Order: sequence, then structure tokens, then C-alpha cells
Amino acid sequence: MTKAGTGTTVAADTPAPAVLLPRRRGIELALIVVAVLLSVYGYCHVGLARTGAVPPGAVGYGAGLGVLALLAHLAVRLRAPYADPLLLPIGVLLNGLGLVLIYRLDLQTPGDRAAPAQLVWSALGITLFAYVVAALRDHRVLQRYAYVCVAAALVLLTLPIFFPAVNGARIWIRIAGFSIQPGEFAKVLLAVFFAAYLAANRNALAYAGRRVWKLQLPTGRVLGPIVAIWLVSVGVLILERDLGTSLLFFGLFVVMLYVATGRTGWIAVGLLLATLGAVAVGRMEPHVAARIQDWLHPFASIEAGQGPGQLAQSLFAFAAGGVLGTGLGLGHSILIGFATKSDFILATAGEELGLAGLSAIFLLYGLLVERGYRAGLALREPFGRLLAVGLASIVALQVFVIAGGVTGLIPLTGMAMPFLAQGGSSVVTNWAIVALLIRVSHSARRQYDGQVAP
Amino acid sequence: MTRHIRYAAAFCALLLAALLVNAARIQVIQAGAYDDNPANRRQDIARYGQPRGDILVGGRPVTRSEDTGESLRYERTYTHGPLYAPVTGFSSQRYGTTFLEHAADGALSGTDPMLSPFTLWNDLARARNPGGDVVTTLNAAAQQAAFTGLGNRKGAVAAIEPATGRILALVSTPSYDPGALSGNGPAVTRSWLGLNEDPDKPMLNRAVRQTYPPGSTFKVVTAAAALDAGVIKDLDQRTDSPDPYTLPGTRTTLRNATHGCAHASLRLAFEKSCNTVFAKLGVDVGVTDMAATAHAFGFNDTRLRIPYSVAPSTFDTSVDKAQLALSSIGQYNTRATPLQMAMVSAAVANGGQLREPYLVERITTNRGATVSTARARPPRQAMNPSTARHMRELMRNVVEDGTGTHAVIPGATVGGKTGTAQHGVDNSGTPYAWFVSWAQGDHDLEPKVAVAVVVEDASAHRREITGGGVAAPIARAVMEAVLRS
Repeated sequence: MTKAGTGTTVAADTPAPAVLLPRRRGIELALIVVAVLLSVYGYCHVGLARTGAVPPGAVGYGAGLGVLALLAHLAVRLRAPYADPLLLPIGVLLNGLGLVLIYRLDLQTPGDRAAPAQLVWSALGITLFAYVVAALRDHRVLQRYAYVCVAAALVLLTLPIFFPAVNGARIWIRIAGFSIQPGEFAKVLLAVFFAAYLAANRNALAYAGRRVWKLQLPTGRVLGPIVAIWLVSVGVLILERDLGTSLLFFGLFVVMLYVATGRTGWIAVGLLLATLGAVAVGRMEPHVAARIQDWLHPFASIEAGQGPGQLAQSLFAFAAGGVLGTGLGLGHSILIGFATKSDFILATAGEELGLAGLSAIFLLYGLLVERGYRAGLALREPFGRLLAVGLASIVALQVFVIAGGVTGLIPLTGMAMPFLAQGGSSVVTNWAIVALLIRVSHSARRQYDGQVAP
Repeated sequence: MTRHIRYAAAFCALLLAALLVNAARIQVIQAGAYDDNPANRRQDIARYGQPRGDILVGGRPVTRSEDTGESLRYERTYTHGPLYAPVTGFSSQRYGTTFLEHAADGALSGTDPMLSPFTLWNDLARARNPGGDVVTTLNAAAQQAAFTGLGNRKGAVAAIEPATGRILALVSTPSYDPGALSGNGPAVTRSWLGLNEDPDKPMLNRAVRQTYPPGSTFKVVTAAAALDAGVIKDLDQRTDSPDPYTLPGTRTTLRNATHGCAHASLRLAFEKSCNTVFAKLGVDVGVTDMAATAHAFGFNDTRLRIPYSVAPSTFDTSVDKAQLALSSIGQYNTRATPLQMAMVSAAVANGGQLREPYLVERITTNRGATVSTARARPPRQAMNPSTARHMRELMRNVVEDGTGTHAVIPGATVGGKTGTAQHGVDNSGTPYAWFVSWAQGDHDLEPKVAVAVVVEDASAHRREITGGGVAAPIARAVMEAVLRS
């Protein structure tokens, strides 16, 4: 993933040569066309498999997705011409595939149609993407708003506490019939804040404190912020009963802290605190403890004669897919029941597209993350580097936490699969992440210094 | 910082690798175990996701598959549910399958590999063949005649084509509609509970799963054993049989319902159904030869499949002489299914050769291409051909001059034997009326049908329950139906 330095190696002390990288916007456009065509093909396949006819909305769906993707492409072409050509097509393909999967599940839940709303949210997300790409001339501007960001993030995180819990978690707010997860937006804001904070204070944080056994511990003065973040994470976990989000925040902070300071001591402290928090909450919260039990014994409810639980049904769905899958529209992942379209969307992909399709999806995410890291590597200024790493890590951690959860690798925590899962806030947030990565990679590739090929 | 970004990227790559390895674990290594987990409904969904093959009688399907649009989509319906219930059994989403629905399930549900021209391709594509059809040997007219003949009474009929063993009719009353058990809803549960609690046991397949004391109809076996063993050489020779007959080693005496049985010839004794003569005959033949003949007819055979299993009919071989005497007139531990008694009659009709009965003529794909036919079963010599000739004569006499005159069919030769089997403590139960027979049309080269009828009817007067009066007319209707078709 980090194949860097394959370009011409130039001595470190030479100034940046005026080598301009190719813009590659044509490649981006071609890939976008492929992504849209693949999505439309999937959409038609679902219709053919389930009803024997091409679904009536196929043209509209294809045109809608195509126009949106084209809008995004134009924004990139005009305002970020040097941006990485893979980021946008991956986003379009994942979003299009998500719409196909949700539409496919809609056919089996006639009372609950989620695809139209998801399309509207996707349109909103892509519009936001275009706006960010066009309006944000330089990502470094964001550095100035670090404390605004963290304040906004905290407000967004605490909002759902005042709303009723849904399925045991307080992470939604309902406004005019729309369910919004403010925690999703908070992720990006926090990443911006962390990047700005760490870029400014990395030297102080890197300063070694006491040495305990073989670990170089940070000094007490700079330990403050990390403890604060830890407390916020645990607070989120306890007040909102959302294991996934707090895990993500904390993981993100530890990764960024490590990248900023290069101190493995931080990782040790982070893991220790995370373990403490998880164990304490696992003991206190029956909701979390049940999830862990379910992970350890997914078939316990079957043995108890109560039928398969959600995780068991999810595992059955993946198993039914085998290597090649049943084909779009031909699986029975609807048996999972609740949250099939959101948290468990990956089970439908696994059953109907098989290990082959699932691996392809994982690799798409992998590629997205890799492009983010590559942009980070290519940049010279710490804020941009940390921002790129942070945003890419959000995607990586989120994919791991939810995909690992539904495949029984780690305890299941409610979280949206980026781009695929039903959920407006998530889609909009992910488009914002891709927009920021586009901006960062534009800067990186335009200022290419010949050292690390972005 | 660059180095640490690379380490962090390597960490992300590690997470990706973990996801991929875990996905392979679930989707490839564990897939088989998860697919076979009984709580995984996918196999059921696939099973009921396509119309089930049909069971055919006389070229017409007697089953259908109804699209319910539910998750277990196709439900079984039956065009003549109660009429064919002892043959088809039921196919229920909740309670599984019985009888042909069970025995031929692989073909009907489409999982049988022989239905597929390209087995390997199906394995790879995970495709399922359309359900195949099961063509039965039943004769629709005979089945209907038997069902109508039994009417509201409790009983069973089994009819066989003697030369082949094809089962022509298999009826059990009271019956039920197996379609009431199709599906998964609360109505199905109610039907199931109702049928199981019914004191008349409508789901009991009396033709093959219930054994009765065969009573006097067993005298066919005893007579054949006596002729085969050479105990009787001439049908008209006087036998040394007192009336009443004191059972050997006891003071119990056996009497007859009719007069003139003392020292009667075999012909007369068979015609009049003399208990004394046949009880003594059984003792004279001895337990070894009696058991051998009974076994040759199919008694004590636990392996018979038609293709579903048949309750074994029994002839007790560890008996003293008194018990052997009673066994020889179809009492004591001698018990037989109606199908078994039809086999006895069929063996007589077929020159002593017994053909194993079977129900499935052939199995075809849903397009009608035959994929398997009834395997040729080797015949079994139940008695000498000359004995069979004598037995046919004896049975003919019963219908022409004896207790079975209700079975006479103009334009056909009919042989039969009545039976009125007593049972219960001190014979207090209402007797079972039996009639076994065979018929050969005047233009036929060989007997076309062998029938066994049993009627157990608690509501009739005890006196009126006789094989000749109650069971013979039903047998005649069935035989007529076969001869006419």
C-alpha cells in the first residue's frame, strides 16, 4: 500500500523541481463512466432476477447517478485538476453499488422503501462534495477553524442525548421526519481538529517524559488532551451506548497521535486506556456485554431453541454466497431482519456477489485508503499530511469495525458501511471526506517535488 | 513523519488482510457447515421455491403446487386428497413428508442427481432441477371403487396385478386431506393436532401400516402349505378331522360356525371355512413347513418397500401345537396387513409366483422424459405350480358355491376366500370382515387383479360383519373396475 519512492529519486537537499504531474482527468472521467455503467448494470440485474423485467426506473437511476457524477467531475476538473483520479470513481462506484443493494432489499420490504431517500441523500452528498471542492481553495484554511470544529463536534455529539434511544443506542436526532446521526459529521470535524492540534503541538507531544520499564511515557502536561479525548469517547459510549463511534474516535486519535509524534508510547497508553474503558463498559452496560457474548457464541440462541440471532443470520448469508455468490437479487439476506439495509448491508453483498464480489469491495476501500495515505505522504506540511492520514484512517477503521463485526471477526457494533449502507448522514459525511481528500491530493500532486510519487 | 505514515498504512493493510482472510474463512471453509445448520432457512426456501413435481395416477396428476408468494413459496395441494392420501402422504412445510411424498422426495423436490443431465454444472452453478414427476401404478377406477365401497366404514383395500406386482389400488378409510397440512400457518397446526387426536386415526394407513388378524383368509396359506408339504394329496379326500377339535395338549375345544365339517375334504372344508379342519391341518403340516410357506408369501418380512415401508405381517414360529393350530386359522399371533393378504391372493392367481408389490411405475423429468423405471424384481415361488392350480380351484369354489357368492362377476372367473376375524379380550371386539380374491376376465390370458379387503366397523351389528356380506361386494367392485379398464 505504501509503494512510494518508485519515481526518480532526487537528493534530499535539492529544491523542488518544476515537474508537473499529468492531470489525468480523462482517466477519471472514463472510470466514472465505468462506475456508473456497473451500477446501472447491477440495478437492471436486480430487476431481471426478481421480477423478470428491467426495472422501470433504470434510465432515471442511471441518468441521475451519471449527472451527479458528472457534476462532481466538473468540479474537480475546474478547481482541483491535479487531484488523484481514483478517489472520485471509487466513491461513485461504492455509492452506486450501495443504491443497488438498498433497492434490491427494498423489493422484499414493500412497506419500507429506502432507495429513493438514499438517492436524495447521495445527491446532497455529491452536491456538498462539489461545493467543498469548488469553494475550499486551499485545505490549510481549515487549520484556522480548528477550535470551531471541535466545539461543533462536541455539540453534535451531545445532541442525541436529548433524543429518545433507538434500538438501545442514542445516536439519532429526528427533525421533521428525517433521522440524522450527528456523530457522522463529528468524525470529519474531529479529524480536522486533531490534524490542526497535532500539527501545532507535535514537538511538545513528542518530548519524552518518564521512562517506565521499556516504555517512554509522555510528560504529564501533554497527557491532558489525550485523557480528555478518552473521557469524551467513554462519555459517548456510556451516554449514547454507541460502542462503534467511540471506538472509531479513539482509534482515529491514537493513529493520528502516533503519526504526528512517532512515539510508540502513545500507542501503548492508548491501548491501555481503550482496554480499560472497554472492560469497564462491558461490565456495566448489558447492551455491550450482550454484543460480546453474541460475538463469542453466535449460535447460542439456536442451541437455546430461540432461532438464529442477527449475527448468525449474517454468517449464514455470507456462507450462502460462497465464492461466486448467488447473483444479485437471488439471495435471502432479508432473513437478517432488522438493519439489513444499514449495518448488515455487507451481508447482502457477501451473499449475492460472493467472496469474489466482497473482496472486490474490500479492495475498493483499500484503494481509497491507500490514495489518502499516498496524498499524505506526498505533502510536505504537517497539517495536510495529518488531515489526509486522519480522513483515510476514518474510512479504514470504519470499514474494519463494521465489516469485522458482521463477519464475526470482532464484536458487532452498529456503524454504517461507508457509501454502501442506508443512512443519509453517513453518505453525506463520506462525500465530504472524499472532497477533502481530493483537495489534499490536488495540493500534493501539484507541488510534486519528485521525492514521493503521489 | 513519513516513516510513521507508512507504519500506519501498513496497519491499515493488516486490517484489510484480516477482513479478507476472515471472509474466506466464512464463505469457503465454514460455508458448508453454515449452509447445513438446521436454523438456516435457505435450504427450505430453495426446496419450496420451485413447484414440486407431481404424483400421477392414470396419466393425470393428483397433486398440484400452489404459489403462495410467501417465503416458503409453493404449497402442496391434492386434487383428490382423501382418496389418494394412503399413497401420496403429505408434504408439509412444518411436518415434513410421508409415504410417496417422502420416499420419492429427491425426485419431487428436484435434488435427485438423476434428474440432471449435467450434474457437475448444477453443483457449480448451485442450480436446482425442476421437480420430477412420479408415475404410479394405480388404477384410478379401482382406487375410486374401493374408496366408494368402503364409504363411511373403517377399513382398507389393497389390489395388485398378480403377474407384475403393480399395486392397482391402495385405500384406507377414514381418510383425510393431506393438503390441510401443507404450509406453515396456525391452520396447519390445528389440522395436525386435530388429525392426531381423532380417535378414528385418519392418518393411519390401514392398507400397509396396520396389521389385523387375518382369520379364515389365512386358510389359503394353510391349505397351500398342506398341499405343498404333501399332507393333502387329493382335494376331495376325506380328512381325519374331528368336530369339535380339541387343541393338542389342552382341554380347549374348537368349533365351527357351520355344520358338516367333521372329516370334511379340503375342498368342502375350504368352501365352508371349517376351523377344525384347518387347525388340525396346520398341526399336521408342522411349524417348520407352515412357517416356510408363510414366509414365502411374505410374512415376517421386514424389508418390503413399495417404495415406502410396509408393516411386517407376522406368523409366530415359536409356538406349541395348540398355538400352531390357532395360528393356522389366522388367530393367535398371526397378523397381516391388507397388502399382505392381497399378495397371498396374487401368488395363488399367478401360478404360485409372488411378485413384490410396487407403487412407482417410473420417474420422469418435469418434461416427461423417463429417468428411471421400476426395477425388475425377481419372482419368488411361494408354492408349487400344481398347488397354485389346486388353490385357484378351491378359491373359485368359494365364490361359486360357498361363502363368497357376493363376489361373482359375470364374464369373469373369480376366486376368493372370506374371513371373519375375532379379536379383543375373549373375542369381545367387533370382528373384522375380510375378503381376499382374484379375478380373470374370460378373454384374459391370466388373472388381472388380486384384492384384499378388510372392514372394521364398530357401528354395525356383530352378526352382520362377515367377510362374504360386507367385504366381498367391495372386492367385486374393485375387480370389476380393473377388468373393465
